[in-house]
Amino acid sequence: MKKNKMIERAIHGVFLILGLLTVGCVLLITVYLVISGIPAITEIGIFDFLFGKKWASTAAEPSYGILPFILTSVYGTAGAILIGVPIGFFTAVYLSKIANPKIKAFMEGAVSLLAGIPSVVYGLVGMLVLVPSVREIFDIPDGASLFSAIIVLAIMILPSIIKVSMTALEAVPKEYEDASLALGATPVETYFRVSVPAAKSGIAAAVVLGVGRAIGEAMAVMMVSGNVPNMPSLFQSVRFLTTAVASEMSYSSGLQQQALFSIALVLFLFIMLINATLNFFLKREKD
Amino acid sequence: MKKIISILTSALVMCSMFAGCSSEKESVSTDGSTSMEKVIGVLGETFENDTGITVTYNPTGSGSGIKAVAAGTCDIGLSSRELKDEEKEQGLTATVLAYDGIAIIVNNDNPVSDLDIETIAKIYTGEIENWSEIGGNDSEIVLIGREAGSGTRDGFESITGTEDSCKYRQELTSTGDVITTVAGNPAAIGYASVASVKDSVKIVTVGGIAPTEETIRDGSYVVQRPFVLVTKSDKKLSESAQKFFDYITSEKAREAISVAGVVAAN
Repeated sequence: MKKNKMIERAIHGVFLILGLLTVGCVLLITVYLVISGIPAITEIGIFDFLFGKKWASTAAEPSYGILPFILTSVYGTAGAILIGVPIGFFTAVYLSKIANPKIKAFMEGAVSLLAGIPSVVYGLVGMLVLVPSVREIFDIPDGASLFSAIIVLAIMILPSIIKVSMTALEAVPKEYEDASLALGATPVETYFRVSVPAAKSGIAAAVVLGVGRAIGEAMAVMMVSGNVPNMPSLFQSVRFLTTAVASEMSYSSGLQQQALFSIALVLFLFIMLINATLNFFLKREKD
Repeated sequence: MKKIISILTSALVMCSMFAGCSSEKESVSTDGSTSMEKVIGVLGETFENDTGITVTYNPTGSGSGIKAVAAGTCDIGLSSRELKDEEKEQGLTATVLAYDGIAIIVNNDNPVSDLDIETIAKIYTGEIENWSEIGGNDSEIVLIGREAGSGTRDGFESITGTEDSCKYRQELTSTGDVITTVAGNPAAIGYASVASVKDSVKIVTVGGIAPTEETIRDGSYVVQRPFVLVTKSDKKLSESAQKFFDYITSEKAREAISVAGVVAAN
């Protein structure tokens, strides 16, 4: 009896340590980012850093303004949501309510596959297919632009939007829909007037998850966006917060490197904000 | 629990012993040009395999590397430019290790096949914006470059005198990306290390001269720069540093140098 208790306790201890490992990683990263991100911000000045319009980190007179990166990340994510959410939402409604089982199984498989494609593959296909097509369709000198990045991001966030929305829609009690149908509503009316409102927190969570994925993506957008620190414009070459860190990290030194950590800190704060929003929606769904 | 602690402590002791050993090993310290990272890395590795002497490399930039060797804080300074006269007066000797040739590349469909260095500078600073101004098709020139801090970008901009004034349309993070992008856009121009350029793009001649090993070594191809080893003229190198110096300037190092994508000087 006593021995059993001991083993039981030991196992609890092991689980606790494994759990703390994750928490420890998060804490470590947070503390490290804050410690290494603050010095450059204080040296450059928080206003010049966040609202400076010019980034020239290796110039003879360097300037470190990240407003172009912040705006590019915001516009890029907004664009991806604008395109990705309607497609993802209607796909989710179709798959969870309308589609016959065979089509549903097939399409769900395709969506899962889309989620599993590594981002570098999205980038490569974007670079070799999308960028030249954008150049020819819109008759601009070069296709690597904010627009191309938005298209790639929109496709990349589809799986998370579709899957999370589907889960929410499928969790709507059948009685709600039956009641609506019994009162004479058509099926489509029922889906959009009853099921969707009942699942709205879950759908909102899906959108927020999509935002998180889009704002944190680096590899794919780096390959299609051109990476020049311009103020964002749809058909211009742009640089995101993520790609700003990724593209200069390998050769950076001194203040330039510290400034890259500061960019990472800003990005981290964005992600925290998004996570807080996500938790808010998920909690509301539970209540 | 005690057992675990004792295992951990003994592991720690072992680790510190190894660490102690390695720090006593002979080593050669180099300091300087970030562009020379690859070539010094390859040479240092082959040298260490042969002799067991480690080579350390501190990427600080040509100017700092020259200062470091003058101050005696490293064995060999690395510079990706010739020494200035005032630097030579400090009693420093420059030995050219290799030449880094940078190819100017355009799309295979581009009729332009020769540019001179002034025209290249004008193109990159935005003074010439259309290929038709220099005998090409009527299309806007798309400037492809490398990211800030890249050695190739630093080399290209310093040779053409366009530091901090290039109006890039794309800044890419690898030579391969630059070549792929130029291959995919008929209006693009880019630059890349000569050794990595394949048939997928066209190398333009600069002032009528194509980049080959000979033209890069004799200096007639102008978009190139020397990789220089900087040493003190009056002070002898340490034994291991002298060994490393002799090895990398000998013919035996040729292959390793060309692996790094540059042309050996010796």
